[in-house]
Amino acid sequence: MSITLKDVEHVANLARLDLSDAEKAQFTEQLNAILKYAEKLNELDTDGVEPTSHVLPITNVMRDDVQKESLPIEKVLLNAPDEEDGQFKVPAVLE
Amino acid sequence: MSVSNKYETVVGLEVHVELHTNSKIFCGCSTSFGAPPNTHTCPVCLGHPGVLPVLNRQAVEYAMKAAMALNCTIADVSKFDRKNYFYPDSPKAYQISQYDQPIGENGWIDIEVNGETKRIGITRLHLEEDAGKLTHVDGGYASLVDFNRVGTPLVEIVSEPDIRTPEEAKAYLEKLKAIMLYCEVSDVKMEEGSLRCDANISLRPYGQEKFGTRAELKNMNSFRGVQRGLEYEQLRQAEILDAGGEVVQETRRFDDAAGKSFSMRGKEEAHDYRYFPDPDLVRLHISEEWKESVRASIPELPDARKARYTADYGLPAYDAEVITASKKLADFFEESLSYTKDAKAVSNWIMGDLLGYLNANGLELSDVRITGQGLGEMIGLLEKGTISGKIAKTVFKSMLESGKLPQQIVEEQGLVQISDEGAILAIVDAVIEKNPQSVEDFRAGKEKAIGFLVGQIMKETKGKANPALVNKLLLERLQ
Repeated sequence: MSITLKDVEHVANLARLDLSDAEKAQFTEQLNAILKYAEKLNELDTDGVEPTSHVLPITNVMRDDVQKESLPIEKVLLNAPDEEDGQFKVPAVLE
Repeated sequence: MSVSNKYETVVGLEVHVELHTNSKIFCGCSTSFGAPPNTHTCPVCLGHPGVLPVLNRQAVEYAMKAAMALNCTIADVSKFDRKNYFYPDSPKAYQISQYDQPIGENGWIDIEVNGETKRIGITRLHLEEDAGKLTHVDGGYASLVDFNRVGTPLVEIVSEPDIRTPEEAKAYLEKLKAIMLYCEVSDVKMEEGSLRCDANISLRPYGQEKFGTRAELKNMNSFRGVQRGLEYEQLRQAEILDAGGEVVQETRRFDDAAGKSFSMRGKEEAHDYRYFPDPDLVRLHISEEWKESVRASIPELPDARKARYTADYGLPAYDAEVITASKKLADFFEESLSYTKDAKAVSNWIMGDLLGYLNANGLELSDVRITGQGLGEMIGLLEKGTISGKIAKTVFKSMLESGKLPQQIVEEQGLVQISDEGAILAIVDAVIEKNPQSVEDFRAGKEKAIGFLVGQIMKETKGKANPALVNKLLLERLQ
């Protein structure tokens, strides 16, 4: 499996990233290198190993339905690019 | 042209129901509606780096309960996945949802349309987190984001494409709402967004097995809106097909005010959610014991109650359907029956005076103060002859407003029916004496004249004379 320039453009578009041609080429190369490294795993014999979505041997980690204090509004908005009426203000994304 | 004689409509619904847990699905923030913007947020639901979600056990149990009530098979192993999309209502740029191992699958519910029962399949029910709320400002160039709703637990309920008419869609939603209310997993208030519905709709010529190309319809804000949206959409698609055109697979937004749907262009390309298992959440193993303990918490559901009301109390199917559509109303009905045995009378008062009053004033049962005990006892007073049917109407109205028990209302307002023969006879005689012309008319064969005399007697007693007794005594005197 290898990543093409088109794949990079598609994923960048989904993530709303505006990449230059040089960046696209660079990321294509880097992503392919990462995948190639991960391909080493295919050398392992996994016959008889159950597929899993998680490596930890634990299940059912849950909490009780108890309310905890939320962040004070000043702290909530510390990371807001812009704010208005206690809300995050962002450029509109047209549907 | 009507759609129905040429094309068959095929509808599948996706319904999102907010679960009414105290705290959010992956953090301890409150889920209550209507708080000032962003005051119910924390680093977890704001998607700050380095935080970890911890699953709310109550949300899982509500989802299991809802799935069981919809006759789903509950998974032995379930997991959470990330649904990736980039939009300002989602601070993490992904929604934690369930992809291939939902909590429940392969369920069904029965709906009733035009007196016929139809089974609608439920493909799946899965658990996920809600998104934030956007308000568009500055002439559409900017959006304000309120993240209070982010992380509110939701179940998404996907139906099979078994629905054939807009009317069936509405009946399906009403039944779904009733079941969620009975299970007490959600408030199911569409106006507060705790139930939301998207619809997939396509048309095909009658007899054709293959489905037509579907459109996804969004933004329908009421059950009536869903019905109207589907009615509009099936006409739109029929016109395209009649003209020899092809329906485009796309997402369309229904504008309730305009009564039309509009294409939401550009959405298609974004439908690449790149689901993958969320590494922050471990798997869920649902044991038989756990399933059974949740199953034991499911109350008698609307269909079972309806069957019981028709079988045990002899209610007409329609009345039983209306009363059991709301758990509160059905509970009210049953409370009344602790105070009177006349279920038919209770049902008649509910169907007539109670629902008439609520519908006329746009109210719900919880908005009025009458109790099941009040109605039951009032019917008892009627049976005993303490009050007449006419007075009962006054007492009922008074109970709606004050919540007082009927005995108290009757005493306070002096509404006790006069059933004392001597007292009524004295009034009968006085009225006969004052109206010789009417007496003469009656004796001359004008039956109608008696109505006038009865009216005079009721007027004298302010409507409190026992009507049967008045008739009997008056006739005796006149013969």
